[in-house]
Amino acid sequence: MLYREAGDFKTSYVADSQTFPIKFDRYGYYVLLGFAFLVMPLIINDYWANSIVVPFLIYAIAALGLNILIGYCGQLSLGTGGFMAVGAYASYKMMTAFPELNIIFVIIIAGMVTACVGVLFGLPSLRIKGFYLAVATLAAQFFLIWLFTRTAWFYNYSPTGMISAPTREVFGVPVTGPRASAVSMYMICLCFLVASAWLARNLTRGSMGRKWMAIRDMDIAAEIIGVNPLIAKLTAFAVSSFLVGISGALLFAVYLGAAEAGEAFGIDKSFLVLFMVIIGGLGSIFGAFAGAAFLIVGPVLLKLLLVNSLGWPTDLAAHLEIMIVGALIIVFLIVEPHGIAALWRTIKEKLRLWPFPY
Amino acid sequence: MSGQGEGMRDTVTDEGYMTADGRKIGGVAMEMRNITLRFGGVVAIKDISFDIRWGEIRAIIGPNGAGKSSMLNVISGFYHPQEGEVIYKGYKRPAMRPYQVAQQGIARTFQNIALFEGMSVLDNIMTGRLHHMKANMFQQAIWWGRAAREEAENRAQVEKIIDFLEIQHIRKTPVSRLPYGLKKRVELARALAAEPAILLLDEPMAGMNVEEKEDMCRFILDVNDEFGTTTVLIEHDMGVVMDLSDRVVVMDYGKKIGDGTPDEVRNNQEVINAYLGVAHD
Repeated sequence: MLYREAGDFKTSYVADSQTFPIKFDRYGYYVLLGFAFLVMPLIINDYWANSIVVPFLIYAIAALGLNILIGYCGQLSLGTGGFMAVGAYASYKMMTAFPELNIIFVIIIAGMVTACVGVLFGLPSLRIKGFYLAVATLAAQFFLIWLFTRTAWFYNYSPTGMISAPTREVFGVPVTGPRASAVSMYMICLCFLVASAWLARNLTRGSMGRKWMAIRDMDIAAEIIGVNPLIAKLTAFAVSSFLVGISGALLFAVYLGAAEAGEAFGIDKSFLVLFMVIIGGLGSIFGAFAGAAFLIVGPVLLKLLLVNSLGWPTDLAAHLEIMIVGALIIVFLIVEPHGIAALWRTIKEKLRLWPFPY
Repeated sequence: MSGQGEGMRDTVTDEGYMTADGRKIGGVAMEMRNITLRFGGVVAIKDISFDIRWGEIRAIIGPNGAGKSSMLNVISGFYHPQEGEVIYKGYKRPAMRPYQVAQQGIARTFQNIALFEGMSVLDNIMTGRLHHMKANMFQQAIWWGRAAREEAENRAQVEKIIDFLEIQHIRKTPVSRLPYGLKKRVELARALAAEPAILLLDEPMAGMNVEEKEDMCRFILDVNDEFGTTTVLIEHDMGVVMDLSDRVVVMDYGKKIGDGTPDEVRNNQEVINAYLGVAHD
């Protein structure tokens, strides 16, 4: 009787509509949050931070953003890589133009810039739907990357065409640049992720989220009920691009340190984040985390297993890793087309009755 | 019977009239003036005029393809007629998008259920209250003050409707898991949640068994009785129409062939012809 819903009575609508209505979930969440903020900084090392934890945190933000657009509002987008590049280049331009501006504000403003660009490229969604919209956002992807590689102003006329993040500090601790430690990188990404998840959850639980979901499920009925499709779709693009922009800025400034648009933010990034959202579960905040974990942590664990435990050669393991992860994705989508989040829901429903299923 | 019907027609004045069961019906809520709607060469609605009065249950009937649903779509702003005008609350209504019409207090249900399948029953009904929720995006993002307060207030209103329509047990169920009859009821709940001035029901009883039909009739009458909601309904079940409605518009081939109380309509020769089938000229 580990997990129980019975006897957990709600006496107000506020209590009934909270994020974790079941006590066990709520305490589990507090424990996890406490672990992430208090214990992880003590035990994290460079290897874990660089190979798993920091990319997971950053891609989870991107997956949250894309999930709002695709999972909640039903607007298919393949421009994620391009929007991440907007966040990255916006943060780079701001870091170099205003060196005294705090990096936290830089990243938030980079997100806002991306939101504006996202709204611009979201305008076609008012006329076209589904795959046609996906193709239109694909145009955004290629156009933005082209723009950032061809226009020297964006990379401050550097001869290599690369952008590299200067050192910036938060409370005197460097979080970007070569002097940044694993703990500081982890902490800034974690703070942004927790804030993003909180924002995304709040926006999707209220009237805004219902407007998005109404547009997703049946746009004509939504309009007749009183949803303005223009505002609903463009706000979804704005919020989604905001989060994607933040993750792009973090990926460049904190994680990579130096980047080149075509290489760091290519179409493969768009697909990576799209797969995270689909595998994790469309229309679920938890799904964004699960999908990011699956696609970031999965390959690393596989590599650890094959190379370190079984002692296979690295190149063989690398190829096998790609094949196994690919096969896992396919198997996963056949077994549970609605993603890890749906799987988790099924488990929870089973646990409600466990151990007496009748 | 026909005498009673004629007597009633005399008493339909600008101020209103009394129904057979003694309810007081108010003045004109909405007036359709010479509406003509064409799709290319097809004329779906030909020069139709009628009015809808505050508090009444107004039925639109007619054989398949008569233009009933098109008429409802004109009222809800989904179609824009080529000719004629819609007078609402005394003013000519300009060409509007459907969401603007909804904001003016006109809610509807659909012939083929148009619920949001991916959302729970509760969320579907809460969606009906969208224009009672005014918190902006930033207030919602931090879930503070207005956003949280509005959510709880509107939830309380929605719970009243859930009680009213007796769907407490499925509150948290995803709509896609519900049987057809319950979906129809949830759709009515969503329309009612908007607290509409005029409620449009497109075949609320299509495909239901007798018991479900009786429930639905009861709900429609109760809604009208309790909230005084003006209701316009399209229905094929003549028994239901004649029992429920105060006045009936009969359409055939896009034209209005009858308008009046159920008794008047029942005795109208053109209506009988349309339903029993007489060769058209």
